[in-house]
Amino acid sequence: MKLTGAQIFVECLKREGVELIFGYPGGAVLSIYDEIFKQNHFRHVLVRHEQSALHAANGYARVSGRCGVAIVTSGPGATNAVTGLADSYADSVPTVCFSGQVPTNMIGNDAFQEADTVGITRSATKHNFLVKRVEDLAITIRQAFHIATTGRQGPVLVDIPKDITNDTCLFEYPETVDIRSYKPVSQGHPGQVRRAAKMLLEAERPMIYSGGGAVSSVGGAERLTELASLLNAPVTNTLMGLGAIPCDDPHFLGMLGMHGTYEANMAVTGCDLLIAIGARFDDRVTGRLDGFAPNAKVIHIDVDPSSISKNIHAHLPIVGDVGIVLKQLIDELARRETKADTNALAAWWQQIDGWRGRDCLHFEQPSDGKIKPQEVIRRLHAATAGEAIVVTDVGQHQMWAAQHYGFRKPRRWLTSGGLGTMGYGLPAALGAQMAAPDARTIVITGDGSFQMCTQELATAFQYKLPITVVILNNGYLGMVRQWQEMFYQQRYSHSYFDALPNFAKLAEAYGGIGIKVEQLDQLDGAISRAMAERERFMVLDVIVEGEENVYPMVPAGAAINEMVLS
Amino acid sequence: MRHTLAILVENEAGVMTRVTGLFSARGYNIESLSVAPTLDETISRMTLVTRGDERVIEQINKQLNKLIPVIKTEDLSRTSHMERELVLVKVQAKHETRAEVLRMADVFRASVVDVSEESYTLELTGKAGKIDAFLRMLTPLHIIEMTRTGPIGMRRGGKAFAVEEK
Repeated sequence: MKLTGAQIFVECLKREGVELIFGYPGGAVLSIYDEIFKQNHFRHVLVRHEQSALHAANGYARVSGRCGVAIVTSGPGATNAVTGLADSYADSVPTVCFSGQVPTNMIGNDAFQEADTVGITRSATKHNFLVKRVEDLAITIRQAFHIATTGRQGPVLVDIPKDITNDTCLFEYPETVDIRSYKPVSQGHPGQVRRAAKMLLEAERPMIYSGGGAVSSVGGAERLTELASLLNAPVTNTLMGLGAIPCDDPHFLGMLGMHGTYEANMAVTGCDLLIAIGARFDDRVTGRLDGFAPNAKVIHIDVDPSSISKNIHAHLPIVGDVGIVLKQLIDELARRETKADTNALAAWWQQIDGWRGRDCLHFEQPSDGKIKPQEVIRRLHAATAGEAIVVTDVGQHQMWAAQHYGFRKPRRWLTSGGLGTMGYGLPAALGAQMAAPDARTIVITGDGSFQMCTQELATAFQYKLPITVVILNNGYLGMVRQWQEMFYQQRYSHSYFDALPNFAKLAEAYGGIGIKVEQLDQLDGAISRAMAERERFMVLDVIVEGEENVYPMVPAGAAINEMVLS
Repeated sequence: MRHTLAILVENEAGVMTRVTGLFSARGYNIESLSVAPTLDETISRMTLVTRGDERVIEQINKQLNKLIPVIKTEDLSRTSHMERELVLVKVQAKHETRAEVLRMADVFRASVVDVSEESYTLELTGKAGKIDAFLRMLTPLHIIEMTRTGPIGMRRGGKAFAVEEK
């Protein structure tokens, strides 16, 4: 049967099992939107800005483990999507973005709403396509989903000129997809796995360092937790890796890096074997490279070969999917008769407990003073038993949330780790809440970040999403102010807002509930009211201590054991 | 160190941009790049010359392989291989220098591909060093125009660097 390109689009998404897409219509995608109108295989969620469509698809993908899908129009629709694509690329989140394009005969003519979308998004995507014939549309969509969801996952963009959506051809869905130049490795090399097991058992001071790959890989989190207990080895997570091991697991030392815990950074510095699992030795993790794990042999498990030995030399690389390789490794360890040296491990744990004793995240909350931002996060944890989906923006609030919330499960912590996109939080929460309608979704944000995608409150209202937005309102761009205080002699250049909206009234204007919290004794009441709300979004504007800093902190250029603790 | 990479890619629009974009985005340098379709017209072969230490070259190789349309790469500099380059050079040739230009062409076994009253255009194939020497010798005679392809290369011996048949 002959179908139009727009009908093929709908048919392909249906066959991919897509249940939800986020988008914004426009001239070049009108024919596709017309077909979307006529079908009921998937829902379309209308966001208020194309950047949000990509962030929402990202949030949906991270919570559900499925591919996020977005659709935008040509020109400004596509350029608005770029930040969202770059964000998903930096954090390896599987998303497919469809963009409209001017008709093929007008490409290159500076037509209305024309942009070189494939050119612009090339470095912000894992791969992108321009569809030039309607006959290529189905296979291109199939390949786009395949590339986005396999190997090191990431965003793929498919640019579809308007005439292609109207042209017709015989529709045949390609059941299988085979790209000869793209064959990601999932199984670890057995010899390397055996060598890794031997090194792990011989280590006296082993350390597990896991990242986003342990969360996104199927079975990664469970096996990471299992590996830690099998080896009785300490575990630290990157910002992206939080939730892979429960926060109350005795092996967990917290996050490492620039705002990591004292014990995590000291243990990395002191270990004799570091096993990196789905992590990429980002500069916010390593600090000064020659001071990072200086005494350790390094084993690195990663699905992306280019992440291995990029920043830190890996003595033993294992390319493969984290979940699969960890299974291989655990089986190999179980087969071995030699066991780890319990005396050495006991001494290692004694040393670690000494570092833990510093209680580096300690803060004082005066009973009648200003609310400490850390206190807000602690109370959110208490109110949700650490089981909420926590979505953040970027800055101080993000670091406090990472340090103080305490995650019990994977895929419940959504933050813009690699790109550091202010404005990510609220739109990502839309996708997260839709992926898990029964879960409590909390956006922890700042007064700066929240103003970058505030318009999505309208989307939250339209779709009756009971998202809780908690603004840690200090009147500053807090992280910028902190750096200016520490490194620029307190010259607060443009990091203070002389004008802020009344966030509670703003929430009401958008149809939600707004509460301003200025006193500590109002906090729990406001939180429990938000936790009980099932239909409307709620914004808690929490006025917090203005000049609180995030500690511990490793100054830029220092080694990670050179921490400023307070 | 100088490295010569052979790269097999899908012969489709935009692949060159992906490769060169990778080099510019990551701050690597391309010394030369030549590309043309292979016997299998769905595949193009690139020869790319770059410079970097071991770590950089390893990253370049990995990053190239990460590009979806890149089928495979080989660092020819790690193998016993040959490289050849082609140059076209237009040299001034008036009365007193006409014979000298031809003599240089003869010495280097270059061929004359175009003649005018005031110039000869010569073609020469060889290793980069030979081309350099040829150009050095022609410089005093006044080079009007010159273009060279950058090297192409191939591993020695009977084995092919090609896509495995299924």
